Amino acid sequence: MFKIVKREEMSEGTVVLNEIEAPLIARKAKPGQFVIIKATEDGERIPLTMAETDPEKGTITIIYMVVGKSTALFKTLQVGDCYQDVIGPLGKPTHLEKVGTVVCVGGGTGVAVLHPITRALKEVGNRVICIIGARSKDLLILEDKMRDASHELHVCTDDGSYGHHGFVTDVLKEVLAKEEIKLAVAIGPVPMMKFVSLITKEKEVKTIVSLNPIMVDGTGMCGGCRVSIGGKNKFACVDGPEFDGHQVDYDELMQRLQAYCEDEKACHDGFCKIRS
Amino acid sequence: MSNQPEKTAKKKSMPRAAMPEQAPEVRRRNFEEVPLGYTKEMAIQEASRCLQCKKPACVEGCPVSVDIPGFIKLIKEGDFTGSIRNLWTKNALPAVCGRVCPQEIQCEGQCILAKKGEPVAIGNLERFAADYERAHGTGVLPPKSEPTGKKVAVVGSGPSSLTVAGDLIVKGHAVTVLEAFHKPGGVLVYGIPEFRLPKEIVAQEINFLERLGAEVQCNAVVGRTVSIDELFEDGYDAVYLGVGAGLPRFLNVPGENLIGILSANEYLTRANLMKAYLFPKVDTPIPHGKNVVVLGAGNVAMDSARTAMRLGAESVKIVYRRSREEMPARTAEIHHAEEEGIEMFLLTAPTRFTGNDKGRLTGMECLQMELGEPDDSGRRRPVPKEGSEFHMDCDLAIIAVGSGANPLLTQSTPDLKLNQWGYIMADLETGKTSKKGVWAGGDIVTGAATVILAMGAGRKAADSMHDYLTWGW
Repeated sequence: MFKIVKREEMSEGTVVLNEIEAPLIARKAKPGQFVIIKATEDGERIPLTMAETDPEKGTITIIYMVVGKSTALFKTLQVGDCYQDVIGPLGKPTHLEKVGTVVCVGGGTGVAVLHPITRALKEVGNRVICIIGARSKDLLILEDKMRDASHELHVCTDDGSYGHHGFVTDVLKEVLAKEEIKLAVAIGPVPMMKFVSLITKEKEVKTIVSLNPIMVDGTGMCGGCRVSIGGKNKFACVDGPEFDGHQVDYDELMQRLQAYCEDEKACHDGFCKIRS
Repeated sequence: MSNQPEKTAKKKSMPRAAMPEQAPEVRRRNFEEVPLGYTKEMAIQEASRCLQCKKPACVEGCPVSVDIPGFIKLIKEGDFTGSIRNLWTKNALPAVCGRVCPQEIQCEGQCILAKKGEPVAIGNLERFAADYERAHGTGVLPPKSEPTGKKVAVVGSGPSSLTVAGDLIVKGHAVTVLEAFHKPGGVLVYGIPEFRLPKEIVAQEINFLERLGAEVQCNAVVGRTVSIDELFEDGYDAVYLGVGAGLPRFLNVPGENLIGILSANEYLTRANLMKAYLFPKVDTPIPHGKNVVVLGAGNVAMDSARTAMRLGAESVKIVYRRSREEMPARTAEIHHAEEEGIEMFLLTAPTRFTGNDKGRLTGMECLQMELGEPDDSGRRRPVPKEGSEFHMDCDLAIIAVGSGANPLLTQSTPDLKLNQWGYIMADLETGKTSKKGVWAGGDIVTGAATVILAMGAGRKAADSMHDYLTWGW
């Protein structure tokens, strides 16, 4: 059993942070890696990239958006409650190297995944420019942490309620015009990663994205997480989750993410009905 | 002097006790076990058919050398407890083996009675002894040697690993089983369906090992959570790798990433380990197809097809590029599948999957094949018939064309020698690998095979490990 030692709600309660006791995973985890979490005996295995790890304390932190039955169930867990299963660290860690100036682009809960990678890129000596976005000010997460982790932070909101009025891609274009960028890292909703990659491709800036397809085991066994990278099938769980953003077939990924949408909606509605 | 010929003649004339089964029209829509098991009377009657050969050929046909005449004699005498105790000396998983071993090519294939009639139903009797113990047993455990003070890590919890664990624990070693999934059992829980091997039975077999003193740690992905070298640093004296061949193969034809095309590994893991057939009572969904095709014709293909039928499919087709003769599945499994209404499309190969604008599978372009000259596997190579293209509608396709070596563990252990296909190189007699203190067996050495062959490899490795722990490398 894996005990929750800290819990916070963000983004008007649509996003939840859990710090969880998982000493073996905390000891080994590196930025960019993920865990699979299952709350109960009959629960679903949900892959989530870690937002923070504390090897001394033996804890890992996950930040998830409440989107379906499983995450709605996670949200009911309070400090002192336990997840039945936490498996990891899974996937390949981020390749960290000093290359010069790096731009990190994050959207939605992707910012949580981007944070440890940003910090690590800064620690190895890169100049790090960050662009983070959300639909509105109240939905923005981790602004202060991202400011600490980077040299320069740009904030965008779709509705203009805070920072730049518009998308992260608008600011990215400006940054690319002004600076000599050696590497881009983009983590967020699939359409965001797709458009960031299109923009950086024009400038021939190497771009890393982190993918979160549907997955069961997370160890290369089921093939459910297969993604087309440069026309070849790769498994996000063992070959990724990070890939060359210019090689990803985003449209196929977006379609595959819809595989169970009707089942998930029915399951979530049933759960909400029981709880109301 | 001997009345052996007369006795044999009499036993031959005695019919083999048929295994009662759920009727096909009923079972095709439920997940309960298909064969219902022998009653005491049936078991005693069947056991009395055994000739008690002095040189039993059946034992030679068994990869773990179960004392077959011995346990059958005890059943015949009504000593069911004695019978299971006899089985346990050679086999830690009798309830599993009684159900899923291919007896027809092993013990029963060697039975003298099979020459002129039907062999003794060894598998059914093994199952009976194990089931009887589970229902009525005393719970008394086999004797264990004094603790040796040696610690063994067993990686994976499928049949070969469980055999190693069982063998070494009774020899007095401390055994920890490390499983990557949240539940132990390996292929026995994620691969083989409930209707062929109830998960309750696997859980009981593992509980038996735990009662013997084995520790089972789930959610431990060796190669990620902990490395093999770290296991040695943590004080383990020897490590057994029985991680299976869990890398799904795909067909590599266009359209294979459409929604509605799953590897058999994924489909069966959802159905079996995650119990998705109970969705939405459980949280993991599984696609329900109306027109289901299963590509491949091994036992995994039969399991997938029969699962799809139970999930309410209108039609389920096995599509295989060779002929019936080459189908790798057990005859009994093919027979069960056909009884349940599963159609066989033989000498048929898909060339392309087709989908709609939402990226969902709608059908499959196929070619008809004919058999040419034998290929590397010794089987006649299927070659396409010219102008034989045709279309097959389907909304769910399960790819069951075998699996390869999963590189997760081996990649993180560079000093472990692999063969050209990525399987671990291990001595076939001892299971020793190129890395000191590390043994391997089962599918990660041989490629995908059967439960009992994996157990046989586990048995040999356990003997070698015990030697090492006693005498050194």
